Amino acid sequence: MKYLLIIAGVLLIVLSIAAGLIWVERRLLSVWQDRLGPNRVGPFGLAQVIADTLKLLFKEDWVPSFSDRPVFIMAPGILMITILLTFAVIPFGPNFYVFDSNIGILFFLGNSSLGVYSIVLGGWASNNKYSLIGAMRASAQMLTYEVFMGLSLMGVVMMADSFSFCAIVEAQKGGWFFIPQFFGFIVFFIAGIAETHRLPFDIPEAEGELVAGYHSEYSGMKFGMFFVGEYLGITLISAIIATLFFGGWLGPSFLPPVFWFLLKTFFFIGLFILLRASLPRPRYDQLMKLGWKVLLPLALLNLLVTGAVLLYMK
Amino acid sequence: MFSILRSIWLTFLHVFHKTETVEYPEVKPYLAPRYRGRIVLTRDEEKNERCVACYLCAAVCPVDCISLQATADESGRRYPEFFRINFSRCIYCGFCEEACPTYAIQLIPDFEMAEYDRQNMVYEKQHLLISGEGKYPGYNFYMNAGVDMGVKGKGEGKFEEVPVDVKELMP
Repeated sequence: MKYLLIIAGVLLIVLSIAAGLIWVERRLLSVWQDRLGPNRVGPFGLAQVIADTLKLLFKEDWVPSFSDRPVFIMAPGILMITILLTFAVIPFGPNFYVFDSNIGILFFLGNSSLGVYSIVLGGWASNNKYSLIGAMRASAQMLTYEVFMGLSLMGVVMMADSFSFCAIVEAQKGGWFFIPQFFGFIVFFIAGIAETHRLPFDIPEAEGELVAGYHSEYSGMKFGMFFVGEYLGITLISAIIATLFFGGWLGPSFLPPVFWFLLKTFFFIGLFILLRASLPRPRYDQLMKLGWKVLLPLALLNLLVTGAVLLYMK
Repeated sequence: MFSILRSIWLTFLHVFHKTETVEYPEVKPYLAPRYRGRIVLTRDEEKNERCVACYLCAAVCPVDCISLQATADESGRRYPEFFRINFSRCIYCGFCEEACPTYAIQLIPDFEMAEYDRQNMVYEKQHLLISGEGKYPGYNFYMNAGVDMGVKGKGEGKFEEVPVDVKELMP
């Protein structure tokens, strides 16, 4: 019974953050752009979330006749499933987690690799040249950045001696990992932005604005699932950065641990939105060059130095 | 790399700037007095309508949105029997105001005329006529132009001299 309550609690928190991000992102972006965001629909514009959801539900949910029907319908679902599964292993508090897996980090990396499928299948099933090009570029970008996403986390794993998220949070009681693992944090942060294809790495979506992109043929709630799935991805990466590098639910005891976890997560979500407000989009080859030539050597170097220091200290 | 971090920092500082948004229905924008908005028909100081139905505004209108018909009252003074402007066609260019010889038709800084039914955008004379003098107070066409028409007698205009009785000049 308590188990069901925890599952319901985690799902509720995560899904309400992802839906609330619709409002939060637009208001935060407008703060940094010297304007007011949505403030008409409800108190402070909060009912904008409901308005957007209803709008997406009422739109015509059309599956193109020239598309690959089962794959087309399945693609947005894959994104949601992989991201929500990963939330099961992240601890929200000292006993507030669905499943304490001893390979938590590998589970997260595996799911993010599966998440690439959703874009590739979406672009492929659309049966549309521009969707395919967008999907191929997106998959190449996400593959590149996944390589050193995993490597940058290995430093944390070495310092905490375990792949489990809960054990890593426990190991940070002596000091948060972002100070010794600073370069790992930077590399993981950039890789995380590229994984959720947010600005400045939003080539899959920018093509959507300019030409078509992988979600060109999607309308109604399927597009809504891609849309909310992207916000879920942001929440996931922020939660993982908060857990792995900034102590998760650790914090002074005058407030409940869940509160500290959510505070840190929201701080990083705000940082994602600030990056979207401030940075221009690099060209696709500049993006790939950055990945292979700068960040991968940096991640490997970080791994080398961490291993050397830990061995020396033994 | 430093330029990227600097961009992020400068964007963050925008938190402390005032927003540029004008929250429209609560805050109206400032419009100059010569802003070309809604068209009105004005009256002169004696509260008679200024329009003499000369058809000049309808002739100059680039989109032909003005429709009127002249008629005269018992003393011979001309006035429009009906005066209709189709505001869905009007482009608010102000040519009619420039063409009007009596300063009757004027454009005022009001733009809030939205309707749901297109037929409600056609304004008749009773909707256009206002009780004031508009932007040109104190102007009476008959006093300046020297046309009598039962409004004034001969020689009573602003730049007219009183007619001399030639029979008084006998040697």
